[in-house]
Amino acid sequence: MTFSTAMTSLILKSSFAIGVVTFVSLFVLLAIWLERKVAGHMQDRLGPMETGGWHGWSQTIADAIKLLIKEDIIPDAADKPLFKLAPYIVFAGTMASFAVIPFAAMLIGADLNIGVYYLVAVSSLVVIGILMAGWSSNNKWALYGSMRSAAQMVSYEIPIGLSLLVPIMLAGSLSMGDLVGLQEGGMHHWTIFSHLPFALIAFVIYFWASLAETNRTPFDLPEAESELVAGYHVEYSGMRFAMFFLAEYCNMFVVAAVATALFLGGWYAPIPFLDGPDVGANSSMLTQILSNGIGFFWFTFKATMLVLVQMWLRWTLPRLRVDQLMHICWKVFLPFSFVNVLLVSLWIALRK
Amino acid sequence: MELTLFALVALAAVASALMVVIGKNPVYSVLFLVTTFFCLAILYVMLGAPFVAALQVIVYAGAIMVLFLFVVMLLNLRHPQKWDAGGSTRRWIGFATAAGVLLVSLAAVKGAFDPNAPLQPEMGNAESIGMALFTRFLLPFEIGSILLLAAIIGVVTLLKRDNSKVATKGGEA
Repeated sequence: MTFSTAMTSLILKSSFAIGVVTFVSLFVLLAIWLERKVAGHMQDRLGPMETGGWHGWSQTIADAIKLLIKEDIIPDAADKPLFKLAPYIVFAGTMASFAVIPFAAMLIGADLNIGVYYLVAVSSLVVIGILMAGWSSNNKWALYGSMRSAAQMVSYEIPIGLSLLVPIMLAGSLSMGDLVGLQEGGMHHWTIFSHLPFALIAFVIYFWASLAETNRTPFDLPEAESELVAGYHVEYSGMRFAMFFLAEYCNMFVVAAVATALFLGGWYAPIPFLDGPDVGANSSMLTQILSNGIGFFWFTFKATMLVLVQMWLRWTLPRLRVDQLMHICWKVFLPFSFVNVLLVSLWIALRK
Repeated sequence: MELTLFALVALAAVASALMVVIGKNPVYSVLFLVTTFFCLAILYVMLGAPFVAALQVIVYAGAIMVLFLFVVMLLNLRHPQKWDAGGSTRRWIGFATAAGVLLVSLAAVKGAFDPNAPLQPEMGNAESIGMALFTRFLLPFEIGSILLLAAIIGVVTLLKRDNSKVATKGGEA
C-alpha cells in the first residue's frame, strides 16, 4: 500500500468514526426526548412542552447543558482512581460496538470476520465498568446495583449468545456484512421470516434478553429507583453521570441495531422496490451515495422502531423480582434457546 | 510499527501481571488481571487469530474475571490487609514451585519456538478451530465437557443439600 492510499483510508476511517460519534449524540438527544414524550403520552400526560417551542424538542439539550455545568462531586470515601475511570470504561465499551454495526453496505467501520463475537466481547467491558463504578462509590446501594447488574448481564449473555447463533448458523458466517447481505430481496428473505419457527423464536429470546442486558424495564432491577435510589451510578453527578446515561441509550441502539442486522434484514427495504439503486464496481459516486443513504435510512428506521418498542415496554410492564428474573433466564430462555439451536443444526444437516 | 505495538502491548501485559502480584488491594489485582487478559487478546490479534482473541475476552475478561470481581467485592476487602506470609519456609516453597513451572513451560516451548515462522492466518479462525476441536482433539474436548458437567452437578447437589438442612432447621425452630 502506498503512502497516499494509506492516508486516504486513514482519513476515510477517521471521518467514519467522527460520523458515528455525531450520529450517536444526535440519536441519544432524540431518544431521551422521545422517551419522555412516550412516557408522557402513555400515562395520559403531555411530557415536556415548553423548552424550545414545538413539543419541547430542546428539552434534552437543556438537560445536557445543565449536566455539563454541574459540579463534579467525588465522595470522600470513594476509591478515586476507579471512580473516575469507571464511566469512561462503560462508555468506551458501548462505543466500541459501533465499529462493526452495518449501517449500510459500505457504512461499516470494520467488517471483521468475527463481527458478532467482537460485539459480545466488547460488551463484557461494560460489565466490568459497572462493577468498578458500584464498588468504588463506597455506597451500599451502588454496590447492590452493580452486583445485580453484573449478575443479570452475565446470565443473560448466555441466551443472547445462543439466540445469535441461529442466524450465524443459517448464514454460515460471523461477519456482519455477510449476515445482512444474505437477506437481500424483500421481507420474506429476512432471517426472521425466511426460516420461520427457529429464527422467530431466536429473535424473541434475543429481544427479551437484550432488555435485561441494557438494564431496562421489566429487567431494571439494577436501577430500581424505589429500592436502590439509582443503582450503580447513584454517587455520580455532572458529566460523569451524563456518560453513564449516554452509554445506556447508546446500548439501547446497539442491541436494536444487532437485532436489525441479524434478523430484520439490516439495510434492505421491506419491499425490494424501495431499495436504493444497485451498486456495481463501476457505479458513479452519486449512485453509491444514494444507495448507501437509502440503506442507512432503512437501517436506522428499523433500529429506531425497535428502540420505540423498548420504551413502550418500559412504560407498560412492572419490574420483575430477582428470583423471577433468574427463573426466566435459566429455566425458560436457556432451554428454549438450546433446543432451538439443536433443531436448527438438525434442519441445516437435513437440508444438505 | 508492528514491533513498536508489540513491545508496548507486551510491556503492558508484563507490567499489569506484576501489579496483580504486587498490589495490596485485591480489587485492583483482579482489575490488573483483566488488563493482562486484554493485552493477551491484542497479542492474539497481532498473531492473526482474532477468534482466539475474542474468546479470550469473552471467557476470561467477560465471565471468569467478573465472577472474581464479584466475590472480592462482596467479601469487602476494602482495606489492604496484612497477609500472613507464612514464614520463610513457605515462601521458599512458593519460589521453588514457580521456578519449576517456569522451567517446565520453557522446556515445552523450546522446540516450538521459531521467531521466523510465517503467520498462519487460517489457523486462528472459527472454522479451523471448530474442525480441530471435533476431529483431532475430539476426545480431550469431550473429556473437558464431562468435567464441566460433573462440576455443574456437584454444585447443584451441594446447594440442594444445604437448602434442605436450612429448611428442617427452620421447621424445628
